[in-house]
Amino acid sequence: MMDIIMNISSAVFLLIGSFLCVSGGVGILRFPDLFTRMHAAGVTDTLASAMILTGLMLQNPDGLVILKLIIILLMTLFISPTASHALARAAMINGLKPMLDKPADHEGGMSSKT
Amino acid sequence: MRHTVYLSLMLAIFWLLNSGHFSLLMISLGILSIFFVLYIAHRMDVLDHESQPLHLTLKLPAYLVWLIKEIILSNITVVKHIWFDNKAISPAMQVINISQATDVGKVIYANSITLTPGTVSVELEGGKITVHALLSESLKKLEAGEMDRRVTELEK
Amino acid sequence: MLTAAIIAILVVMIMAITRAIMGPTLYDRILAVNMFGTKTVLLISVLGFAMGRPEFLDIAIVYALINFISVIAVLRHSDKSIFKTTQADKKSMQRHS
Repeated sequence: MMDIIMNISSAVFLLIGSFLCVSGGVGILRFPDLFTRMHAAGVTDTLASAMILTGLMLQNPDGLVILKLIIILLMTLFISPTASHALARAAMINGLKPMLDKPADHEGGMSSKT
Repeated sequence: MRHTVYLSLMLAIFWLLNSGHFSLLMISLGILSIFFVLYIAHRMDVLDHESQPLHLTLKLPAYLVWLIKEIILSNITVVKHIWFDNKAISPAMQVINISQATDVGKVIYANSITLTPGTVSVELEGGKITVHALLSESLKKLEAGEMDRRVTELEK
Repeated sequence: MLTAAIIAILVVMIMAITRAIMGPTLYDRILAVNMFGTKTVLLISVLGFAMGRPEFLDIAIVYALINFISVIAVLRHSDKSIFKTTQADKKSMQRHS
């Protein structure tokens, strides 16, 4: 009985994770500029990874494997914000301007919603 | 001293987790590398309350639970916009004031902003964070300052 | 279910590669490569389970670290002036400003 519940919940977690992964991939193709694409990549980096790794944890109730999966999860959650912050900052410093929705308030402003 | 003990404990656990062998050779190699890392850490002078925020241990779990809830909610919003109306996004950028006093608090706040999809902290300088958001509503939510208040409570 | 997850991750990796080829700026490519790397970590762990070899998780940990280091290294490098003046970057900056 316990096994069936574990299997079903693991399958549900894996499916939700896969769906979120694909959503992030679609977002990275459909969004118009770098900064908005970064938000789409954020979806795959946070919740999708967490869901898939949780699904794997439920597959195998063996202590060492679960601890290693938790280490991978923590690493992803610590690394991904740092990497996206560094990316956004480097892009800003090197002069890439984000596309903004508001009417531009300075000379030769950005294009509005396309 | 407290931080040294804590770091060596963490390193020992990490070594045992990753090796899984308990032979004499492996254990002695592990102890050797732990001492090596401790030596490097002392030389670099990074063993303090910033690399090991022990004073946050008790308050962190409640904040993490709230943060996970927040991450799930904003994920749903962003996924909705990816699939259904990706023309309805309103990218915005704004400078937001923060009320944390310590560097640890500021970093936790900036990381939490980046960790929730839909908002990315671009620049952190002094008492201000430049935030880029996918939807201008999420910027308004940040300005209302619930996350700010929770992180500030955390560092007290 | 593991098969479905593997297929989904592979599809996302193809999408990331498409973005990396399309560009248009250097930073889009770095973002795509970073995403490709995190998906590789997931793929390695799921594959380890599908093949019944949980030892793969160690490789996944190492790969996560290498991926982070490489992204940060490329970004540090891009602060220097070498990358700044690629043609696509110039075009994109003109378009946006």
